[in-house]
Amino acid sequence: MQVPILKQGDYLIASIQSVLSDSDLVQLRDNLGERVGTYRSRGVIIDVTVLDVIDSFATRTLRAIAHMLRLRGAETVIVGIQPDVAFAMVQLGLTLEGVGTALDLEEGLAYLAMKTKRTPVHGN
Amino acid sequence: METETQTEIRSATDIVTARQRGRALALELGFNGADVTLIAAAISEVARNIVDHAKKGEITMAGVHSAQNGGKTGIQIIARDEGPGIRDVAQAMQYGYSTRKGLGVGLPGAKWLMDEFDIASEVGRGTTITMKKWRR
Repeated sequence: MQVPILKQGDYLIASIQSVLSDSDLVQLRDNLGERVGTYRSRGVIIDVTVLDVIDSFATRTLRAIAHMLRLRGAETVIVGIQPDVAFAMVQLGLTLEGVGTALDLEEGLAYLAMKTKRTPVHGN
Repeated sequence: METETQTEIRSATDIVTARQRGRALALELGFNGADVTLIAAAISEVARNIVDHAKKGEITMAGVHSAQNGGKTGIQIIARDEGPGIRDVAQAMQYGYSTRKGLGVGLPGAKWLMDEFDIASEVGRGTTITMKKWRR
């Protein structure tokens, strides 16, 4: 099942709709890498609210997506990790080091607004 | 209650199937939400181990009872493959040790998530992982 990617201003929102297989996740990575260029996006939100488990492969792929998109000039924030899912990740020793996380979509947008703020360049 | 489910693991999509069946069985056995998620995560890791290293295998899950402590209910998950086997089980169970593409957290992680974890492996013959979690 493909993950729909919505464009919202400078941002892309990938809203996961159902449990994902490994290949769906890899597909999401490839699609985001491409769309960030197409839409010149500066921020990406990945909503994982519906995921019942984030295992080692999912963690590794989410981390790869975030790092890859940063190399493309976009900030990524993962939103909606459920409390039980977070607990299982901690028990497995999985971390999303170097990847932004926020409670929900609203907080994710606030996070990106802060991270992608353009500072005016003063000159002549 | 004594339902037993068996899931063939041949590709990454079967990992999702095994996990969902395990979740359903754990709920049926009366595990709480947090434990159900831990069990599903452990199934995910042992199933992934089959896909990554043995290509194919099977996962059998069933409710179990123990006479200890006045009788308790739990779930037993057996992951069996006829893959290459693990040469050094102690090393494979070390956190962060990975032969290939993984993070090396799968099997040791699964062990932490469950109450009991046993791994039997023979080079050239395959690997069997038996793990249990008891309802609190």
